[in-house]
Order: sequence, then structure tokens, then C-alpha cells
Amino acid sequence: MNYKLRKIKNVVVLSLSVGATGIGLFFLGFILFDLISKGFSSINIELFTVDQTPPILDDVKGGLRHAFIGQIILTVVATLIAVPLGLLGGTYLAEYGRHKRIGRVISMLADISVSMPSIIVGTFVYAILVKPLGGYNGFAGAIALAIIMLPVITRTTEEMLKLVPWTLREAAFALGASYNNLIVKVVWRGAATGIFTGVLLAIARVAGETAPLLFTSFNNTQLSFDLTKPMPSLTVSIYQYASSPYSSWINMAWAAALIITVAILILNLIGKWLINWRYKS
Amino acid sequence: MKNKKRNQKNTSNAVFKFLTFFASSLTIVIIISMIISLFYQSIPAIQKFGFVDFIFTREWSFNKDIYGAFRPLSGTILTSIGALLLAIPIALGIAIFITEICPAFLRNIISSAIELLAAIPSIIYGMWGLFTLAPLIEGTVQKAVSSTIGLLPVIGPMFQSEYAGGVSIFTASIVLSIMVIPFIAAIARDTFTQTPDILKESAYGLGATKWEVVRYIVLPYSKTGVQSGIIIAAGRALGETMAIAYVIGNRHGPLNSIFDPYTTITSVLANEFNEAVGTQLSTLFLLAFILFIANFITLAIAKIYSRRGLSNEL
Repeated sequence: MNYKLRKIKNVVVLSLSVGATGIGLFFLGFILFDLISKGFSSINIELFTVDQTPPILDDVKGGLRHAFIGQIILTVVATLIAVPLGLLGGTYLAEYGRHKRIGRVISMLADISVSMPSIIVGTFVYAILVKPLGGYNGFAGAIALAIIMLPVITRTTEEMLKLVPWTLREAAFALGASYNNLIVKVVWRGAATGIFTGVLLAIARVAGETAPLLFTSFNNTQLSFDLTKPMPSLTVSIYQYASSPYSSWINMAWAAALIITVAILILNLIGKWLINWRYKS
Repeated sequence: MKNKKRNQKNTSNAVFKFLTFFASSLTIVIIISMIISLFYQSIPAIQKFGFVDFIFTREWSFNKDIYGAFRPLSGTILTSIGALLLAIPIALGIAIFITEICPAFLRNIISSAIELLAAIPSIIYGMWGLFTLAPLIEGTVQKAVSSTIGLLPVIGPMFQSEYAGGVSIFTASIVLSIMVIPFIAAIARDTFTQTPDILKESAYGLGATKWEVVRYIVLPYSKTGVQSGIIIAAGRALGETMAIAYVIGNRHGPLNSIFDPYTTITSVLANEFNEAVGTQLSTLFLLAFILFIANFITLAIAKIYSRRGLSNEL
């Protein structure tokens, strides 16, 4: 009797956990299916070759070329700022500061910063780069994205460098290498795949960010290469188009949403595959 | 000659060391400048309303230029609690499935799929929530609940809503819970797998069922890890913006039902920051400051707690 009860309890709980996994997978499928069914039909060549047109002109096909290019500019500038700083910062934490209190404190603060609400970063950058400079600008948007990327790259660099065996450093020291030389030529090289993956994942993380751009680069209806002016981005355009009453704009928002999601998921899968390839064989 | 070379070597190492230290100290510099600048921008609002009064003021009126934090703050807390209540059992179920039940060849695929939920951008959750999930919930769950529980005396009105469209604190909690499930599930999975096999095998040897092994061996062993995972997820839920901004409805009114649209700190920021000036802008900075501090403290607790748990075990 007691044994039977325990058996039943076991089966019930295990079925519930199968059900929970089903719920998780169901929502992933639901969201992706919804994106594809609503976005795929609106993908056309004009989406990439034409800038924004007024939604009233139904015979003129509008596009999001300005937003695609703006998004790429913002992401590239943010990456160029955050990657060198994150690489150096992570190097301090894993090498010179490994056994120092300050290293541990910075590492923990970087961990907390990884989960910082991105809209707070937007308000902060607004206070230091938009309000004093008198207007929204692309540079502020790139800085906001860089602030979000920096702790991610710092922490992954730290973790990846710590995976490099200490004996490798000792071998290089024995050959008379200076610490900085051996970091660049031995440690960085040994951790290159891991660091590169960290950068990919950091890019994937900020490519879908909307909140930090709302108050910084804002948006622009035209193609712009000027970082001192408001700069269009895909995510803010999606937000604006999806909240509009025009069906042509809403359709374009779905198409853009599908493209950006697929791009981010592919980056994530590449990152995962690289880590598996490098560290699990 | 030899000494000169050695000196050069030492200088270049010192320069490199300084560069790396400078880069890593940026993390501290950014956090401190955020605290200072957000607080500095909030001073006019604090002077006008007073911090404690501000927290408990329900009003949000452009005409009277009076803004209170009570509604956005309570909205943030309620949606986060709702999301965690839904997400915790599901995420733990997923972790149990992946570590204990799932056949080995599926394990990687299923954990990757669940992790992909975390990679989908917040704004996509928002669009999907607004255009697909909200009407769906209105037509099914909300309809069913308000025509059954909603008819009961006393508690009934809490499940009735006069607002149409399905955007509500309930829908926001559902969307938010889907977004935090992968975080809790991943941390729980990692801590579950750290349970020593010998402990589990001993329990099996005594005749325990799989659930009993999970309940009495795995869960107690990974308690600290799971708890800090939940706190980290709470931090995420507090700060989530774009998804909430779409499905919460952004309404500064009294909350009478779980199906009423409401507001949160992040949705107020997303919707009103760009047009705000004067007192309103300063108020929004104060809300951002409060959210920043709340999030920071939450995550710091999770970090310190998980570290202490770790050192206790070792």
C-alpha cells in the first residue's frame, strides 16, 4: 500500500516535470511560429533597399534600409569600444588581480552589471550625453550599448583566461618571458576561441536591445551616418511601427522582428557550438 | 646593457598592468557615476515630494504636476511576484526533467532550446504578447475565470475587468514568467548536476524512488544555488522593460482586478521619458534610481548568498 502510494507519487511528479518541459518548449515554438507566420510574407527586397515612407502612401513600398544600416553602425561602434576595454579588464581580473581583493570586488560588480536593467543604462546615458549635448545622438546610443556589453565581455574574458592552465604560464616564465608578453602571446592565444565566443554572445545580447536606445540614439526617418545626430535602429523602429495604427507598418515590424530574432538565435547557436567544439573534446 | 633590457621589460609590463587595471576599474567607475548622476537628476523631485511621501503617493497627474511612485512601484512588484510564482515550478520541473529523466541524446538539444528562450529579444516578447497572447488570454483564460470565480461574492470583482484587449497585469506576469524560466532552469540544472552521484546512488540503494531522490537528496543539496538563481531571476523581472511596456496597458488608475491594465516603473520610463520635462522628468529619474538600487541590492544578495553557500559546503 505504502509502496504503491510512493510509486504513484513518483509517476505524478515525474509527469509534471515532463509537462513543465513541454510548456517551455511549447512557448518557444509558439513564439517562433508566430514570428514566421506573420513576418515571413512581409519580407521583400524593398525592406532592405528603401528608407521609411509615409504609411499613407499605399502604392509606394516603404522599407527599413535606414534602420538596418543604423543598427549595424550602432552595434559596430559599441563593439569597437567595449571589446578592447572588456578584454583588458578581464585580463586584469584573471591575471594581475586574480588573488587581490579589488579583483574579486570588480568581478562581482561586473556580474551584477550583467543583469542591470538596460533601460537604466538608457536614462544614465541620457543624463550624461544627451541632456548636456542638447539632443539625441547616435554616439550616445553606441555608448549605451557598450556599457551593456562591457561587463559581459569582462566576465567571459576572465573566465576563459582562468581556464588556461597555470603551468602554461610557468613554462613561459621559465623561458624568461615578461608577464605582459606571456599574457599576449600565450594566455590570450590559448583562450582565443572562448573570448571570441564571448564577443559573439555580447553582440547577440545588445543587437536586440531597445530600451537603452529609446532615450539616446532615439530614431530617425532617414538614413544617417552622422553619430552626432539621432540615428535610426531596427529595434526602435520595430517598437514605433508595431505601436502605430497602420497595417503596412505593423507588417514591416513583424518582418524586421523575424529577421533580428533569427540573426540573434544564429549568433547564439554559433557561440554554443564553438564552446562545445573547443572545450568538450 | 642587460639591465637596460630588463628595465624596458619591467616598464612595458607596468604599462600593460596599468592599462588592464584601468579597463577593469571602469566597471566601478560606471556604477558610481550611475548612482551619482541618477540621484543628482532626481533631487528636484525629492525636494518637491519628499522621498517617503513620494513612495506612497497614488496620484500621477500632469495637470497638477504631482507624481507618485505608488502605482508604478506596486506594478513592478506585483508583476515580478506573479512571474516568479508561475516560473519557479515550471523551471524546476524543466531542470528535473533535463537532469533526471531525459535520455542522454536529447539532453543537449532540450537544454539549448530552453536557453534560446532567453536569447529572444525583449521587444519580440512584447509584440507577441500584445498581438497574439493578449487577445488569446482575453478570449480563453480571462473569459473562463471571470464567468466562474468572477461571480463569487467578495473576491469576485478581483477577477472581473471592464477593460478590453487582454492587456493586464495578468498577461504581463505570464510574458515575464516565460522570460525568466530559462534563467532559473539553467541555474537549477547546473546545481542539480553537481550533486555527487554517490549520494544519489546510496538513496537508490535504500529503495528510494526517483522523486524521493530528487526531493530528499538533490533539492536539499542544491538549495543555495536554486535560491540564488530565483533571486537573480527576480532582479531580471524587476528591470524588464520592452515586453512589459507592450502588455501592461500603461494605465495610471486604481488596480481592482488581476485583468486590469496597470503600470510599472519600466513601462512609465519607456512611455513618458522622451516627452517629459521639469518635475516629471526628475520624477522619472527618481523612479530609475529606485529601480537601479532595488535591482543592485537584489543581485548583490544573490551573489553574496551563493558565495557563502558555496564556502559552507566546501
